[in-house]
Amino acid sequence: MKDPAIKPLPGGAPKAVSPWRDLWWRFCEDRVALFAFGVVVLLVLMALFAPLISPQNPYDLSGLSLRDARRPPGFVGSGGYTHILGTDAQGRDLLSAILYGLRVSLQIGITAGAVALVIGTSIGIAAAYARGFVEAILMRIVDLQLSFPPILLALVLVALLGQGQAQLVTALVAAQYAYFARTAFGAASAERSKDYVEAAAATPLSARRIVFRHILPNAMPALIVVATVQIAYAIALEATLSFLGLGLPVTEPSLGMLISNGVKYMMSGRTWISVYPGIMLIILIVAINMVGDHLRDILNPRLDK
Amino acid sequence: MSGFIIQRLLQAILVMAVMSVIVFAGIYSIGNPLEILLPPEATQDVRERTIARFGLDRPVVEQYFYYIRNLLQGDLGRSYIYNEPVLHLISGRLPATIELVLVSVLGALFVGVPLGMLAGYRPDALSSRIIMAVSILGFSVPTFWVGLILILTFAVQLGWLPSGGRGDTAELFGTAWSFLTLNGWSHLALPAINLALFKLAIMIRLARAGTREVMLGDTVKFARAAGLSEWTIMSRHVLKLISIPIVTVFGLELGSTLAFAVVTETIFSWPGVGKLIIDSIKNLDRPVMMAYLMLTAGLFVTINLVVDLVYAILDPRLRKGGAA
Amino acid sequence: MSAPILEVSDLTTHFFTRAGVVKAVDGVSFSVGAGEIVGLVGESGSGKSVTGFSLMGLVDPPGRIVSGSVKLDGEELVGLSWDQLRALRGSHIAMVFQDPMATLNPVLTIGTQMRLAISAHDKTSRRAADARAADVLTRVGIPEARSRLGAYPHEFSGGMRQRVAIAIALLHGSQVLVADEPTTALDVSIQAQILTEMRDLAAETGTALVWISHDLATVSTLADRLLVMYAGRIVEQGPVASVLRDPHHPYTAGLLRSLPATAKPGEDLFQIPGTTPSLLDPPPGCPFRPRCEHASELCTADPPLEMSRDRGVRCFHPLREMVSV
Repeated sequence: MKDPAIKPLPGGAPKAVSPWRDLWWRFCEDRVALFAFGVVVLLVLMALFAPLISPQNPYDLSGLSLRDARRPPGFVGSGGYTHILGTDAQGRDLLSAILYGLRVSLQIGITAGAVALVIGTSIGIAAAYARGFVEAILMRIVDLQLSFPPILLALVLVALLGQGQAQLVTALVAAQYAYFARTAFGAASAERSKDYVEAAAATPLSARRIVFRHILPNAMPALIVVATVQIAYAIALEATLSFLGLGLPVTEPSLGMLISNGVKYMMSGRTWISVYPGIMLIILIVAINMVGDHLRDILNPRLDK
Repeated sequence: MSGFIIQRLLQAILVMAVMSVIVFAGIYSIGNPLEILLPPEATQDVRERTIARFGLDRPVVEQYFYYIRNLLQGDLGRSYIYNEPVLHLISGRLPATIELVLVSVLGALFVGVPLGMLAGYRPDALSSRIIMAVSILGFSVPTFWVGLILILTFAVQLGWLPSGGRGDTAELFGTAWSFLTLNGWSHLALPAINLALFKLAIMIRLARAGTREVMLGDTVKFARAAGLSEWTIMSRHVLKLISIPIVTVFGLELGSTLAFAVVTETIFSWPGVGKLIIDSIKNLDRPVMMAYLMLTAGLFVTINLVVDLVYAILDPRLRKGGAA
Repeated sequence: MSAPILEVSDLTTHFFTRAGVVKAVDGVSFSVGAGEIVGLVGESGSGKSVTGFSLMGLVDPPGRIVSGSVKLDGEELVGLSWDQLRALRGSHIAMVFQDPMATLNPVLTIGTQMRLAISAHDKTSRRAADARAADVLTRVGIPEARSRLGAYPHEFSGGMRQRVAIAIALLHGSQVLVADEPTTALDVSIQAQILTEMRDLAAETGTALVWISHDLATVSTLADRLLVMYAGRIVEQGPVASVLRDPHHPYTAGLLRSLPATAKPGEDLFQIPGTTPSLLDPPPGCPFRPRCEHASELCTADPPLEMSRDRGVRCFHPLREMVSV
């Protein structure tokens, strides 16, 4: 940041810096957002390396003892090591369960976000590119879905499809793709009316070239903002569904499932079983949202000073 | 204007018809209702009679039209689980949900809009940054988690407020309402706050974004040049200018809050339709699911319609001539 | 010239942006007599609008008045608190802007907007406020003003809208009205109408007008005196007729030559070569130097303002030596 070489050029002057470099530079201007970004990176790394850094494998049932169940933080269990965050109802080390839960939550959130991104963007661009009847039909469906709360849609779909990771991701994608479609459609239809795209369409270039060279790069910033927000939302939605007992099977609990499992002990004062996974969930979602929020601010040309 | 209304009404009816087909087909495809309707030891005779009674042996299309015909006559079928008419079941619980939703959304509106305007008025001030941090929290933290923490803090630890139920109710228009009694309010407070937080975040964001944009415009500058106080500018000019998107979203959120109430009602044992739908999903209670989804879809369509009309009232440019 | 109602001296307004300091107004001095009409002319980006906002104390951050003085009827405005300034805005010094569609609030009736402007300075009954609003609307040429108070801005034509905006600015009989390109967005025929009406109004009420425009031709038909602004400075000033007949600054001369009226039939319009300089960290010296055919070594220093009788010029090589008295 302090390197004078990457100072932005004064307005109006030709920009030698690539747009992504410039974006990164502007992103770094806000310390809080940069910190949030650091937290997200850290959490992703923790999730990736969960098997290496967690004290116990929470999926290995043979390593668990019910004698260790529901012990407060700091308890030294039969395994001989200290459970820093205590243990859950099955006698699992809570820290390990949280790290693995983080893995599951992130995996579902990112998968759902990515699939929704691809499907939604394709639909949006297809609608903008096809125009006419196809556009009207596709966007009508998208708008209809946008006015319908995603949680309800996900709830019903999970009920229809049954439990499991693939079903859950399908439900999340179905509930979220419309946001990407709307965004991509907006960017693409703004772009298609520009001269160079019309000029490109008049030359014998393939449609693919127009989409990948012209439309997608211009739609990308807005899509990234939507993707960040939607990943956070997918994670929250998954946690909510798990909490309502409609999410994943209990064998590989996500953060939401861990919280749900601890609720019945909450009223009797054993709050840690729910509270710690909850704190992790909130840090994760808040950090992702803060990154998305700041991205939105710096990508909004209307508020550019 | 009336042409506009007719067009919107036709659109709404079409949407409802399409929704009914999709929902019916979706619900028809899951599970076997006989497993729920009959005890495992039921005889073949009982089985056949049940199938005939619910029309389960007919083709889907016929079942659909049968359902629609009954629906138009106000018959939503009987719940498999409660063995009660669905209409009766839902209408008995709807007031609780409506009450919760209205209190939450209105609360979010009256708190969120001023806060958002303040944050948009001085975007760089410390107070604005705090408001925005709160809104990110409200936006991010899942409703169920906030609910748990509210119960843990105010019901379990402090013991100030009850953790569930509707409390005392009083009658109005032949229906029981909690907001008419003090005890009812104490029961309403936590779930309403829980449900309101997310909406509050949305209201803050909308009001802030609108205010920021309006503040940069010439209307505010001209009002300042005329010597209007900042308070008058905010309360008269800016509020009116940002109200159009806020009313739109307010309407749409009213609908989505109805859906979110599912979570809050489950946590706070609030006896509304949200809890009913969760139970019916878990138990594959087809008639209740179907009725709830149609009801929600109907509400959405109605709200969209009303929002469009209010829009036309608020924006004088739309009122004359009809189209924008 | 009568006693000045508005005296501006060495007014300096800078914008402190991320890219550097933009010297939008850089040491501007002029005065306006009561009832006088002064035209402030310059290209876009010359700092004329910022000058107008500086007079009102309405410079948006990151800009602010760095130094200088603005005296309204002898009272210093620079350094007053927001509230003190607010009390003067609209009552003693008022302003209208270019686009009436953007300045008037589209979702409030004209009557409401006028009542708000009245109650900003006077506590009156609604009835009295309505009467006053209707009266001022009539004076700016709006027929059946009383019945139109309930109308929204979009129900007026462009010219009528600007008349409403002018009426709002004149509600309290300000001593000075700053008009920032008020007719630019309007049709030519309506422009002429409003110009005439404004001149009559100013004469009738004794309101001094500071008419900001990029259009030298329009301003010349209206104003008593001209201020020519270039790159944040006033480079030439004097009575309209005198400046038009005998421009001293090469920039003013260039502007005059580029007017369609002065072009010979069949010839291209004259254009001043080069572009307006950036006001971001400008180099010292005369800002017009790069575009000036008379520029010399001398011009790398700042030319001082030379006043002679009612004419003033900031140039080392004025086109005609001023007649000394």
